[in-house]
Amino acid sequence: MSEETVNMEGAVCAPPLPHHEQIVMGHGAGGRMSHQLIRKTFLPAFQNPVLQTGDDAGLVESALRQKLSISTDAHVVSPLFFPGGDIGKLAVCGTVNDVSMLGAKPLYLTAGFILEEGLQMDVLQRVIDSMKQAAQEAGVQIVAGDTKVVQRGKADGMYITTAGVGIVREGVNVSGANARPGDVVILSGTIGDHGIAVLGARGELGFQSNIQSDVAPLNHLIEAMLDASPNIHVLRDPTRGGLATTLNEISSQSGVEIVLNEEAIPVNPEVSAACEMLGFDPLYIANEGKLVCLVPGEDAEKVLSAMKKTRYGEGAVMIGEVSTGTKVRVLLRTAIGSTRLVDMLAGEMLPRIC
Amino acid sequence: MCLGVPGKIVDVYEKGGLKMAKVDFGGIFREACLDYVPEAQVGEYCVIHVGFAISILSESEAMETLDLLRQIGSIEEELGPGTAA
Amino acid sequence: MKYITEYRDAALIKGVIEEIRRTVTRPWTLMEICGGQTHAIVRHGIDQLLPPEIELVHGPGCPVCVTPLELIDKALAIASRPDVIFCSYGDMLRVPGTGRDLFSVKAQGGDVRVVYSPLDAVTLAQQNPDKQVVFFAIGFETTAPPNVMSVLQAQRLGLKNFSILVSHVRVPPAVHAILSSPQNRVQGFLLAGHVCAVMGYWEYPPLVEKFNIPMVVTGFEPLDIVQGILTTTQLLEAGRAEVSNAYQRAVTFDGLKPAQDAINKVFMECDRKWRGIGMIPMSGWCLRPEFDEFNAEKRFEVESIRAEESPLCIAGQILQGLKKPLHCPAFGGQCTPENPLGATMVSSEGACAAYYRYGRVETKQGVRS
Repeated sequence: MSEETVNMEGAVCAPPLPHHEQIVMGHGAGGRMSHQLIRKTFLPAFQNPVLQTGDDAGLVESALRQKLSISTDAHVVSPLFFPGGDIGKLAVCGTVNDVSMLGAKPLYLTAGFILEEGLQMDVLQRVIDSMKQAAQEAGVQIVAGDTKVVQRGKADGMYITTAGVGIVREGVNVSGANARPGDVVILSGTIGDHGIAVLGARGELGFQSNIQSDVAPLNHLIEAMLDASPNIHVLRDPTRGGLATTLNEISSQSGVEIVLNEEAIPVNPEVSAACEMLGFDPLYIANEGKLVCLVPGEDAEKVLSAMKKTRYGEGAVMIGEVSTGTKVRVLLRTAIGSTRLVDMLAGEMLPRIC
Repeated sequence: MCLGVPGKIVDVYEKGGLKMAKVDFGGIFREACLDYVPEAQVGEYCVIHVGFAISILSESEAMETLDLLRQIGSIEEELGPGTAA
Repeated sequence: MKYITEYRDAALIKGVIEEIRRTVTRPWTLMEICGGQTHAIVRHGIDQLLPPEIELVHGPGCPVCVTPLELIDKALAIASRPDVIFCSYGDMLRVPGTGRDLFSVKAQGGDVRVVYSPLDAVTLAQQNPDKQVVFFAIGFETTAPPNVMSVLQAQRLGLKNFSILVSHVRVPPAVHAILSSPQNRVQGFLLAGHVCAVMGYWEYPPLVEKFNIPMVVTGFEPLDIVQGILTTTQLLEAGRAEVSNAYQRAVTFDGLKPAQDAINKVFMECDRKWRGIGMIPMSGWCLRPEFDEFNAEKRFEVESIRAEESPLCIAGQILQGLKKPLHCPAFGGQCTPENPLGATMVSSEGACAAYYRYGRVETKQGVRS
């Protein structure tokens, strides 16, 4: 036996490296690393109160005292076509949704294309047709664009960036900073579909499924919700980083404690199965056609009822509430009666063997 | 080291000299190697770890265990919780 | 899902926890030595629901975390080579080596790929005959048969461009080391269910006899875990030191013979360093000399790499000194020492991989070999 006696109550895992010197994949995952990159690199340079708010769109006031919501997005999905959608639909819906999440009616989009040399023309056509359909459904117009071509080997076929602008509805004040104790958290439907659909389509992990991406424009749903109650405090779509990250952002922006009920959170059985197999938690997987809404308790039923009657809101459920607790965090009440912390996604989500 | 997930064998075939199976994890399908459980049959459930079956799940053992645990649970109902010595 | 949903039944779980409450008459300290069980316990908050007399301590059960620094550095050196496709299980990518990790290597142009199964790495070798494909073969006993199969398959296919970098650790020597320590407080063990599915549990009766401590083979779903805890508690209360199987649907006494044969054919026992702990003799597996051509350490001449744990590494800082309660490192090196719920970072993504600390490690005089 070793002369050195080992006294263990568990080994110490070395914490991961912070990666300050170069960009790594984790910076794009939408979690803590992404947030730190924004805070340390982008915000100091682009300082202004609009950006500081930290919402997915910027709220600006025009000279005519009209409130506008402006947002931008870059889309780099691979593969370009996946079950339930494609990069074009993703681009239009992503920006339509971000603009709408401030309680705005989206009106105009721009679209910039970075095309890889060698991209088949009919692929580009399919993407553009898909964007046209999505824009029509959302009721927005693409009013400006740009195209660049890069050499073969760059751009994964195609990258698209979009920007969008909309007019904020009168009498609403929707922002991630507005959550208050007593608010009910409503989720518009199942989580994890988009992320798993894309992962399956990439094929690297070798599984097959029938899961479809949920990518969809949510502006009409939001209109119906605001019709039911203009007092909605927060709207956000849980994209990269998943529901957990989005709720952590809101909790942090508003300075509140959010408590979720595990049993209330809807997950497609197939998405669940994929997560079990890979060791993922659906709370962290990207969604592209879902939203969370934080609304004062007295208006929750009205809003929920309006959602269930509207396209893309049929599966809406109440999943938790903003508590009166003073700690800024997100908690989960498990099915077996315990409570645990739900943290933000840190870096890249990786399949585990442990 | 332990992420092993139960899956149902829906097809068995040979590939590259190895006994392989198509496994259903509940609507998600993936290939897994059965070389370490060569007696596994279509319809049986296995624990799958990194693409390999490492155990054939015994339905009878599972039933026995669940029955036992249900009995424990029902004793609790009769006696009431918190009757610790 | 069959074999999952039944074992998350809240009513059954509560019933078993009540029975634990009825059974326990004095404090007991139980250890589980499996990253998967640690994850399940914290994810479902099981430790919160147990009676206060039961203290659950987490052992060094994550092979990702205990892979020695030297081996990570060797992996980084190999992965940085332009002629190499370096394949790894996902959770290894985040583990820090000296100053960098596999993410950094990837960012610098290294071809680093996550694989779900070791056979995927073999397929990559077949598809890329002009590249060297190296697979990072880490794990406890559960992962050994799959890792070993990659070598056997590569041999069968006559591949000349495939090799593995091995860092395997074994549970029985770790249990022995823990129980041998004069400061040991562990009174009962929950044995890793899937390690036992492969190896059986015939290795444990001698340990039970030597140390007079009950050991219970335990599964991973919340119901399995509380069942394992109940059985261990019952044995402790009755003063019975034995091995018991609380994961009968998946584990037999003998385990999987074809898997054990394959392991013995390809691997041999060897000394292994555990990161943050030190050397535990004969606690690892290495490739037998007849499989040298598949040994990445020999193929790439990285045998001479020695590593110094960085002074900034928190493992180094807290190795000396007093025991501390559960710690949770926040990403980016900030420490959040208080966390009433136990583990901030038992998140879905690789909870056991370099994301959380549980408990502490002390070696006599702070000496590590």
